[in-house]
Amino acid sequence: MIFNFIFGRKHRRPQSNGVLADLQVGERGIVRELRLDHSIAEHLMNLGFVPGLEVSVERSGPGGDPRVYRVEGTEVALRRELSRYIEVSLVGAAAFGD
Amino acid sequence: MTCHPVARPEEENASGVRTVAVIGPPNSGKTTLYNRLTGLRQKVGNFPGVTVEHHIGYVRNASGEEVALVDLPGIYSLNPKSEDERVAVEVLYGKMPGMPRPDAVIVVLNSNNLNTHLVLAGRVIALGLPTLVLLNMADELKRQKGAVDVLALARQLGTPVALVSAITGEGLEAVRNFLSVTSPAPEPLELPVVGSTRSVREWAVRVGETANYRRPATPVWTRRLDNIFLHRIWGPLIFLAVVVAVFQMIFAAGKPLQDILQGWLDTTGAWVGAALPDGMFRSLIINGVWKGVGSVVVFLPQILLLFLVIGILEDSGYLARAAVIADRTMSRVGLNGKSFIPLLSAYACAVPAIMATRTIESKRDRIATILIAPFMTCSARLPVYTMVIAAFIPGRALLGPFLSTRAAAMLGLYVLGFLMAVFTARILKSTILRSKDAPFILEMPPYRWPMPASLGLRLVDRGKAFLYRAGTVIMLVSILLWAATNFPMHNGQPPAIQDSVVASVGHAIEPVIRPLGFDWKIGVGLVTSLAAREVIIATLGTLNGIDAAVNSFDLQTALRHQLTLPAAVALLVFFAFAMQCMSTLAVVRRETNSWTWPAAQFAYMTVVAYISAYAAYHITAYFIS
Repeated sequence: MIFNFIFGRKHRRPQSNGVLADLQVGERGIVRELRLDHSIAEHLMNLGFVPGLEVSVERSGPGGDPRVYRVEGTEVALRRELSRYIEVSLVGAAAFGD
Repeated sequence: MTCHPVARPEEENASGVRTVAVIGPPNSGKTTLYNRLTGLRQKVGNFPGVTVEHHIGYVRNASGEEVALVDLPGIYSLNPKSEDERVAVEVLYGKMPGMPRPDAVIVVLNSNNLNTHLVLAGRVIALGLPTLVLLNMADELKRQKGAVDVLALARQLGTPVALVSAITGEGLEAVRNFLSVTSPAPEPLELPVVGSTRSVREWAVRVGETANYRRPATPVWTRRLDNIFLHRIWGPLIFLAVVVAVFQMIFAAGKPLQDILQGWLDTTGAWVGAALPDGMFRSLIINGVWKGVGSVVVFLPQILLLFLVIGILEDSGYLARAAVIADRTMSRVGLNGKSFIPLLSAYACAVPAIMATRTIESKRDRIATILIAPFMTCSARLPVYTMVIAAFIPGRALLGPFLSTRAAAMLGLYVLGFLMAVFTARILKSTILRSKDAPFILEMPPYRWPMPASLGLRLVDRGKAFLYRAGTVIMLVSILLWAATNFPMHNGQPPAIQDSVVASVGHAIEPVIRPLGFDWKIGVGLVTSLAAREVIIATLGTLNGIDAAVNSFDLQTALRHQLTLPAAVALLVFFAFAMQCMSTLAVVRRETNSWTWPAAQFAYMTVVAYISAYAAYHITAYFIS
């Protein structure tokens, strides 16, 4: 929270389309595209980051990085750096649980 | 057993035992299931030319026949780009040298995560081998109100499917039944397996829907515990507490156990010695073999303790959280959070630390961690540091009662080792081990209770691997060192150490080490300390005619005559950086499955140690003049 306050990421938030890094804790998005090397994209897809599936930001590690995401039944920790290359479209408002 | 009908008799292995491969994604509980099936009847092996390990275990099928189960690495897919997955593909196609093509495959999936894990099942079934699909963790699925229609799934996949739990043992009779019949190869399925991961994934979701798959809810405890363990204040505090506990465990519990074991080895050595006639043979057995074996065995308590702690952290799910917390700090060095615990353990001993790097999936990060681990100040350096510091640095208060000059010197050496590790990591990660292909992607398993049986099997496994593989190398070097100190003989008697081969080596390297202010006696110490760093103390004692164990004060006096202050500083710096430990080298060789890495590591660390010691010698000399 403090991290977000200091670095003010609110104003960079997209209305509908953006990247995973832009989502805040509790928000959800639909994976659109992985703009990453084939092998990394493949690994992420094996974990569930498949275009069309819903991903939610579960929580952020101490200091704001890495963050823990949930796709279907799997929770995966990714660095912010990597999550900038995962394009998503925002789903609804912030919601906890499913 | 040979009369058993086998689908492809020409591919049967020599012993006539049916071979069945076990495959599954990470976090599918495959290893627990495998251990449950084979128990202690398994052995570990390396495939030729790769670092990937496999286990072969034996299990009796429903008709009482032996079947060999081959445990393959945990993989998500059959993409030949990753080493683990390439090995699995080669084994499944029967292309791995020394491994017959399996007669059948068992695919272990996590039933709580079916849509993701069915991708692997689809790809394996498409290979055309008789396949059994096991949906593991059935107990969790039921508890969390998930469900799946096993029969419908079996119809969809064209293979037998069973809902099992490796923890409770539920449904495992399906495995024994599968192993006792020669199952037909699966009907050719319309699997989009040649397609992209995305299309296979879509197929998996459709199959899951047809089988009425209902994903279970996340265990509420996992959420609650993560609220604490990944909390922005409590998380790091608990992490620190765990770190201190691990460190304390290895230092405070491991060291006394090691001393007890050492005492016991000395006693039994004395018994064996008393039973043997005096002479060269006794000397070889006691001073060569027994001490060599002893130098390996004394590491066991530390290794087992560390693996017990890491095993508990890993199986409970906390290790993944610890990696998330440590990641921010480790990323500054170019490594990731998974390297933290191994590097921490290296402060006790590099040997278990290097074995602990197995939890790092990225090969490059793992090698980088292995290469920098020996720079951490291990417990074997302490006796050397203590002795030299006590001999050369007057004990004065530096910061009142908090810090004496000696403690500051000791602390300085710890910092020195750490800085060199960070420096080396930076160089490695920006050159030969640069890994933009392996970013930090970490699956967070739910919290679970560790299973004692599973932990125990892993301890036995690691202990055996260490004793057999590292032990053989260390024993060989010990015998060579023994020979070097006991030859050439005079009138059938071993020479005094100053007339032995090892002394000649000391004299031979004297020109090289003279610029550091070392004489030939230190040279001999450097050679013998290859067995273990602290051996230099005993060697210098012998060379100066002093029993170091009885009278360390006399040895300190002798050292002051032998070394100038700059040379003493150079010696400390040399020990901080040099790879004076064949146990570590043997373990690096084992863990990387190559001689190249330990050789490169030895060369690098020796060069760094030499240059730094040379610089330290001259800087100190400049300051006191």
